Amino acid sequence: MGAAQQTSTAENAALFEFLLRMGDNALILGHRVSEWCGHAPALEEDIALSNTALDLIGQTQLWLGLAGEVEGRGRSADDLAYLRDGLDFRNVLLVERPNGDFGKTLMRQFLFDAWHYLLLKALKNSSDRRVAEIAEKALKEVSYHLDRSRDLVIRLGDGTAESHRRMQAALDELWPYTGELFMGDAPDASVAADGVAPEPASLKKPWDELVAETLEEATLKTPADGYMQKGGKRGVHTEHLGFILSDLQFLQRAYPGGTW
Amino acid sequence: MMAAQNPSTGHPSTRQVWTWLADVPDPEIPVISLVDLGIIRDVDWEDEVLVVTVTPTYSGCPATTVINLDIERALNERGIAKVRLKRQLSPAWTTDWISEEGRDKLKAYGIAPPIDGTAADGVLMKRIDRLSGRSNLTIACPRCGSADTEKISQFGSTPCKASYRCTDCLEPFDYFKCI
Repeated sequence: MGAAQQTSTAENAALFEFLLRMGDNALILGHRVSEWCGHAPALEEDIALSNTALDLIGQTQLWLGLAGEVEGRGRSADDLAYLRDGLDFRNVLLVERPNGDFGKTLMRQFLFDAWHYLLLKALKNSSDRRVAEIAEKALKEVSYHLDRSRDLVIRLGDGTAESHRRMQAALDELWPYTGELFMGDAPDASVAADGVAPEPASLKKPWDELVAETLEEATLKTPADGYMQKGGKRGVHTEHLGFILSDLQFLQRAYPGGTW
Repeated sequence: MMAAQNPSTGHPSTRQVWTWLADVPDPEIPVISLVDLGIIRDVDWEDEVLVVTVTPTYSGCPATTVINLDIERALNERGIAKVRLKRQLSPAWTTDWISEEGRDKLKAYGIAPPIDGTAADGVLMKRIDRLSGRSNLTIACPRCGSADTEKISQFGSTPCKASYRCTDCLEPFDYFKCI
């Protein structure tokens, strides 16, 4: 194998990895949010959560569809979603955190949406046209997600004593899972060098500002950046992912190849 | 009835195809057609195959599959045997592409049509809201025309709609929100 070919193989592997991370974040969070269907505190919220989940699952199809194309082994978005094991999933640990109460679900959504929004905005200028096109589409949807989660974090944080207490507890619990969003590794450096995606660390400052502004309005105290949990991006997950997959993948595992 | 044909190829003209597609209703809001909705971006013949370029509204919209089936069926029924659907993501679909006729049909059906240029940008709109002390958006009630309406939820019965309520006639209604 020639040197040029080796480089392009490595670049391709990094792009595949990046696309899996995009797709898996959307898939796992979409699944988590869909668990609320029929359980939300109000009908409007139930519908809003289901619609958010639907957007994320739709985006998953686009990201994993492209991942399969880039990998070039004939795997479809469905194959990647339903037939990979936990160790092959590349989502950040934040999105597999259990839903908890409504406030915690919304706090997780806000912390993720703020990052997702900033990342997609940057990806609209990706050097890879396919990535830019998906980002352009997804950004429109995610703008509404952020609008809503931001609004509810403020209303619940600056709400009753009980809702304030729950939101602060959710924030304190989830904060150590936000650091992973900004940690870069070799595949990140490779796609950044190619102009496909921004360095993860470059999103930290605008994210901090956006989050701090919202939390202040919500009368919540931003936790200090201490030890940050990590591992999901390279396939080392918490115990929660297995339970998610046993539900998400059940049908294709039990009835391989089943279709509508 | 004979279709308007291109004499050199014998195919129905693309103009004719557009008029046929203008009869295919949106599966979830059947008062407007797929052409009104602005999701059909192009129609073109590639030899014997009619290529229809479609832009999805929302990534996860469950109607997408049904829309594709409806297009194929409608064209098959008009005698076009080979239809290929091409998905085009960019430029991303925007509610600005809903036709004037489509907006009137939505309103008559009880759905407030989108107001151009008001899509959420995630941050800016909320700031404007805060500075002005209220929502900067006036959405008229499609039933009584009153401008005294309030948002119940940013998401409605489908991903493309928000739930509103008229504080004059008290009717709840859907607003086709901008993206």
